[in-house]
Amino acid sequence: MNTRIATIALLSATALSLGACKSKAPTELPPDPEPTVSNPATTNTPTGPVLGTQAHFENAVNGQNVIYFDTDRYNIDTSDAAALQTQAQYLARYPQISITIEGHCDERGTREYNLALGERRANAAKNYLVSLGVDTARIRTVSYGKERPVALGSNAQAWAQNRRAVSVVIN
Amino acid sequence: MKRLLLLFTALFALPLAAQDLGEPIPEGGEVETMGEADEGGLTGSVSFEGNLDDLGIAIPGFATDADRPTPASASGTAALGKEIGRIVYNDLRNNGLFKPVGPDSLPQPTFANITAPAWATWSNRGAEMLVHGYVRARGDGKLVVGCYLYDMQLRSELVREGWIVPPSDWRRAGHKCADLVYSRLTGESPFFDSRIAYIAETGPKDNRTKRLAIMDSDGANHRFITTGRATALTPRYSPDYRQLLYLSYVDGNPRIYVYDIGTGRQTLVTESTNPTFAPRWSPDGKWILYSMAVSGNTDIYRVSSQGGPSVRLTNLPGIDIGGSYSPDGSRIVFESDRSGEQQLYIMDADGSNQRRLTNMGGRAATPEWSPRGDQIAFTHIAGDFNIAVITPQGRGFRKLTNGWQDEAPTWAPNGRIIQFFRTERNSGRAGLWQVDLTGENERKLPTPVDASDPAWGPILP
Repeated sequence: MNTRIATIALLSATALSLGACKSKAPTELPPDPEPTVSNPATTNTPTGPVLGTQAHFENAVNGQNVIYFDTDRYNIDTSDAAALQTQAQYLARYPQISITIEGHCDERGTREYNLALGERRANAAKNYLVSLGVDTARIRTVSYGKERPVALGSNAQAWAQNRRAVSVVIN
Repeated sequence: MKRLLLLFTALFALPLAAQDLGEPIPEGGEVETMGEADEGGLTGSVSFEGNLDDLGIAIPGFATDADRPTPASASGTAALGKEIGRIVYNDLRNNGLFKPVGPDSLPQPTFANITAPAWATWSNRGAEMLVHGYVRARGDGKLVVGCYLYDMQLRSELVREGWIVPPSDWRRAGHKCADLVYSRLTGESPFFDSRIAYIAETGPKDNRTKRLAIMDSDGANHRFITTGRATALTPRYSPDYRQLLYLSYVDGNPRIYVYDIGTGRQTLVTESTNPTFAPRWSPDGKWILYSMAVSGNTDIYRVSSQGGPSVRLTNLPGIDIGGSYSPDGSRIVFESDRSGEQQLYIMDADGSNQRRLTNMGGRAATPEWSPRGDQIAFTHIAGDFNIAVITPQGRGFRKLTNGWQDEAPTWAPNGRIIQFFRTERNSGRAGLWQVDLTGENERKLPTPVDASDPAWGPILP
């Protein structure tokens, strides 16, 4: 388990560096005008990402919008729990935001089993967020199985990066 | 609740253009078997006594009574006859059991030769078996194709058959002839006159375009069904070839659709907002199995192919997925990780009497019951992924392939050949392969682009 935590720490660093080139949410969509926010003190600085965008979410949770799993597992370990707590805080602060949790698997699994396993991972993350008080109606899940890898190699490190659940802001 | 309502509206109001479907595929015509062919029956017996793979079969071009124009070939029935001979030759050559010689290296027999072979011409070439055939354009535009198998040593006819085919289905006459020869010489059931549904893949590993496609068993008559806008996966041909089950992300979620080949329209297999996977037909086409995840827990369900309520067949926590009927429809072999890892289980068709089948070491996935009933093919995971077989009693485990990742077996209609897809390490590129039950004859099936998730249909009706 110690080696796993070390791996996750390393992966989190990788995920952070990947964050910049990730384009989960279409960037060309019009930004939320935020008409309800009238208090200048809570308005974002003009240079930062706009609320309602994936960038705003990833920035606020410090890249912890992705959690990782062991081979064929879907349990929420301590580092996953920490990341999900950060996500829950964000969702508590911005009740107008809904998210999709995408469940993913590595390529070393059969296609159909991976679809089911990705769904199980996405639901594990969702259930944890719900247990932290997030309304279940604000969380949608979708499994991509092994269809959408982020790391393209065929090695243990790439597979570890691909066994993930990614929280994405619904626009 | 609002979101659910919206989702339903979106599903039912979906315009055809938003369904990711191309033009409907015209359904094939009927192939009639000619009555007079029955007169011949099975005469004589095979005189050859060596291994079949040493058996020299001469397959010259099919003759024609008169070179007439036909929609099947721009060059007329004479050229078409040669093409049909090539189909028979390629079918038997690729099968790996025989040593055929084809039309391009043989003299062309005359129409009169077909029922009265020039024996000396062929015995001089060392042929032990001789295939002759003819093609005749009928007044109504249909083609009459005859196929004859001769034993060179006995100098006698072993079998003959004839078919009437619409010009658009001319290739099927070649496959029918190859099936006739194959069945007569091996004693096995035919399989060449059949089709394959699969997923055509293009693009980089992290952004693959996956399209539903169909083709004949030899790769000919290739057609794309979906446009590629949405990811399509895991197709299954209905036993009558009129429908396809497959998974599509067309509404953003993985769901199983029933695609009607004649009309080009599709419907959801079940009106649920839960994700559905792993569609399967019963052998008689009356039932559909699908797997559905509810709150992350996947179970196997059965629904009539005419629609109606679904019945849940598995109910343990864990992933229960897939399912393949025994040929008589009484039992289902399926995959479950209820033990902590993927293994195969068998249950009665109503879900009762579930018991574990595999204990050979390693994991077991994607079981497919042979159309003959005697074997179950599956993906064996022990380090690498390979195609293996086991008997329905859980004995006789044999690994048939040695790739890095060989996955998702599907049986030839006669249960003697298994098709699967093989993924290359790192590049992620995939292709369709075939292996016979000995594990010795393995070959790659040519496809226009990369390919995965093959599903072999039965002998065409």
